[in-house]
Amino acid sequence: MIARVQMALSLGFHIIFAAIGIAAPLFMVLAEWRHIRTGDPYALALSKLWAKGTAIFFAVGAVSGTVLSFELGLLWPRFMEHAGGIIGAPFGLEGFAFFTEAIFLGIFLYGRGKIGKWAHLGAGVMVAVSGAASALFVIMVNGWMNAPAGFDFDPETKVFSNVDPIAAMFNQAWLPQAVHMIIAAYMATAFAAAALHAVRLLKDRESRLHRRGLSITMKVGLVAAIVQPLAGDWAAKVIVERQPVKFAAMEGHFRTETRAPLLIGGWPNEETMETPWAIEIPGGLSFLAARDFNAEVRGLEEWPRDEWPPVLITHLSFQVMVACGMVMLATGLWWSWHAWRRRTIDRSLPCALLWALVMCAPLGFIAIEAGWIVTEVGRQPWIIQGVMRTADAVTRVEGLGPRFALFMGVYGLLTVVLIGVMRRQVLGSPMDVVEEGVRDEH
Amino acid sequence: MSIELHEWSAAAMIVALGVYALLGGADFGGGVWDLLATGGRERKAAQRGAIERAIGPIWEANHVWLIVVIVVMFVCFPRAFAAVGEGLHIVLTLMLVGIVARGTAFVFRAYDQRGPENTGRRRMWGLIFSVSSVVTPVLLGVALGAMASGRMTFAEDGRFTGDLWGVWLAPFPLAVGVFALCAFAHLAAVYLCVEVEDEALRRDFRARAWWSALAMFLAGGVVRLTATGGAEGFADNLMRSAWSIPLAAAAGAALIGSALALRARWWGLARLCSGACVAMLVAGFGAAQWPLLVAPQVSIESAKAPAATHGIVLGTLACGSVILVPSLVYLMRIFKGPRAFTALK
Repeated sequence: MIARVQMALSLGFHIIFAAIGIAAPLFMVLAEWRHIRTGDPYALALSKLWAKGTAIFFAVGAVSGTVLSFELGLLWPRFMEHAGGIIGAPFGLEGFAFFTEAIFLGIFLYGRGKIGKWAHLGAGVMVAVSGAASALFVIMVNGWMNAPAGFDFDPETKVFSNVDPIAAMFNQAWLPQAVHMIIAAYMATAFAAAALHAVRLLKDRESRLHRRGLSITMKVGLVAAIVQPLAGDWAAKVIVERQPVKFAAMEGHFRTETRAPLLIGGWPNEETMETPWAIEIPGGLSFLAARDFNAEVRGLEEWPRDEWPPVLITHLSFQVMVACGMVMLATGLWWSWHAWRRRTIDRSLPCALLWALVMCAPLGFIAIEAGWIVTEVGRQPWIIQGVMRTADAVTRVEGLGPRFALFMGVYGLLTVVLIGVMRRQVLGSPMDVVEEGVRDEH
Repeated sequence: MSIELHEWSAAAMIVALGVYALLGGADFGGGVWDLLATGGRERKAAQRGAIERAIGPIWEANHVWLIVVIVVMFVCFPRAFAAVGEGLHIVLTLMLVGIVARGTAFVFRAYDQRGPENTGRRRMWGLIFSVSSVVTPVLLGVALGAMASGRMTFAEDGRFTGDLWGVWLAPFPLAVGVFALCAFAHLAAVYLCVEVEDEALRRDFRARAWWSALAMFLAGGVVRLTATGGAEGFADNLMRSAWSIPLAAAAGAALIGSALALRARWWGLARLCSGACVAMLVAGFGAAQWPLLVAPQVSIESAKAPAATHGIVLGTLACGSVILVPSLVYLMRIFKGPRAFTALK
C-alpha cells in the first residue's frame, strides 16, 4: 500500500512540474517571437520573465523525473520486468526528447546575446517542441497500460510472447490521451500564468507589461479550453471500447440500461448500487458513449466486484475535472468578450474579471490531478488493463515506511521552497519595462 | 564471433555511463570545489562564480546521461534493474535525494535573488548545492562498487537474499565511491583550468587538479586493495581480462600526462588526458564486470529483454543521436568554445 501511495504522490507531484515544463516554453517563445517581429520591449521582458519560470520548473521537473525513473524500478520491479521489454522504447525516446529540451533550454537561457536572435528563437522553439514530445512518449506508456497491445499473454503461465514494441507504442489510447494531456498542460499553465499577471494588474491596473502578459497567456488558454472538451470526448471513446468498467465508474453508472442518463454530480454508493443526488440528463450517457440517445450502456453490475475500481473516487474525480474545465472555459469566454470589445491593451479590464482569473489559477492543475486520478484509479485493480494486477507488480521489499517518509519529506520541502521562490519571483517581478531598466541600473 | 544485440545495448550503457562521468561527473566536481573554495572573500567568490558560469548552461543536459543509463538498463535488462532496485534501494534512495538537492539548490541559487542584498539565502542554496555535490558521487560509486562486489545474491524467485546494509556499507563499495568523487573533482578542476581566463583563478584550479590527481592514485590503490577480499570475482576479472590491465595502466599514464601538461600549461592537452583517463577507467570497470551486471548472478545474458526490444532501443539511440549529437556539439560550441566567458559580459 505504501508503495502505491508513494508512486501516486510522486507522480502527482511530477505531473504539475512536467505540465509547466511543457507549456511555459510556449509562452516564452511566443513573447520572444513578438519581440523579434515588432520590437515590443514588453514582450522581451515577458520572455525573460517566463524563461526564468521555465528554468526553475524544468529543473525541479528534471530531478523529480529522475526520482520517478528510479521509483519505477524500486517500487514496481515485476511491472518493469515484464513491461520494460514491451513498452520500454517510449521511455528511451522520452529520454531523448528530454535531452533535447535540456540542451536547448541551456542555449535559450544563457545564449541570449551570444547567438543570433533567430537562432535564439529557434532554440526556444526546440524547447517547446521537445517538451511536448516528451509528454507524448510518456503518455504512450500510460496509454498502453490502459489499452495494452503488442504482445500475446498466457493467463495460465503468465508469460508474455510475440512482443511487438511498435504495436505497443501505437496502442489505441496513446493519441487521444496524449492530445488531452498536452492541451491540459497548456490550459493549466496558461490560466496559472494569466492569474499571476492578473494579480499584478490588480495592484497596478496601468501596467502594460502585465497587460501584454495577460493577453498572450489568455489567448493560448482560451483556445486550449475550447478544444479540450473535444479531446476529452475522443479519449472517452477509447475508454468506452477498451475499459468499459472505468467508463461506468467515471459516470457512476451501475445498471446496464438503454437511454442511459448522464449523471452530473452525485455520490455513488457501491452497496446500494445507486448514485443519488445527481442531476440526470436523460439519454445523455448513451449519446456520449455511442452517439445515440437510445444506445445501451453497460453498467458496473456486469463485472465481478473484484474488478471494480473505487467507484466513488473515480466518479468524483471525473466530475471535478469536468467542472474545473467548464469554469475555466467560462472565464476564458468572459475575458475574450472584454478583450474583443477593447481590442487594444491600452484599456484596462474590469476588476471582477481580474479576480475571476486569479481564482482560476489552481483550477487547471486540480483538473490535471483529478483527470490523472480518473485514469489511474479507474484502471484498478489492474496495472496493465486485464493483464497484470497492481498487487502482483508491486515490490516485495518490507519496511518501506522510512523511505516513504523520506521521499514525502523531500517533496513536501521542495514544494514549500518552490512556492517561496515563486512568490518572491512574482512579487518581485517588474511592474513595467521602464521600472526594470531602472532596477538594472542599480 | 558475431556480437549479439543485447551486447550492443550493454556497450551503449557503458558508453553512456562514461559520458555521464566525463560531463555530469565534472558538474558534481564543480560543486566539490564550490564547497572547498579557499582564500579571502573575493577569491572564494571568484572561484564560485567561475564554477557557476561553467556549469549553468550545461548541467541539465549532462544530467540526462544518467537517465539514459537508467532507461537503457530498465528497458534492456529489466531483471538487472529489478535486482538493483531491491538490493540497493537504500543507497539509491539516498543518491536520489542528493540529485534532487543538488539540482534544485543550484537553480534556486541562480534565480532566487532580487539583488545582491539577498546573500544569506544565496549562501544557503550554495551550501546545499555543494554538500550534495560531494555526497552524490560517492553514493553513485558505492552503488557501482556494490554491483561489482559479488555480495548481491538472489533467491530463485528473485527475492534479495543479501544484507541490505552490509552490501554497500563495506570497504570495497565505499572505496569505489571515494574514488569516483576524486575523479569527478579532478575532471572539474582540469576543465576549469581550460575555461577560466584569469591567471590567479587558473593557478587555484591547477593546484586543485594536482591534489585531486594524487587523491585519485591513493583512492585507486585502496580500491585495488579492498577488492581482494571485498570483490573477489571483480579482482580476478581485473587480473585475468586481457583488457583491464592495459586499460588501468593507460589510465594511470594519462593521469600523469595530465599533471605534466598542467605543469607545462598545455591546458587543452591536460583536459584531453584527464578525460581519456576517466573514460578508460569506466571502460575498464565495464570490461572487468563483463558479462555480469549485478555480480555474481545477474548477467547481461540472464537479464536481457527480448531481442526485438534491444533492436528498438538501439534504433532509438541511433535515431535520437542524429538530433542529439549536433545539438550537443552546438551547445558545447556556444558555451565551451574559445572565449566563451568573455562574450557573456
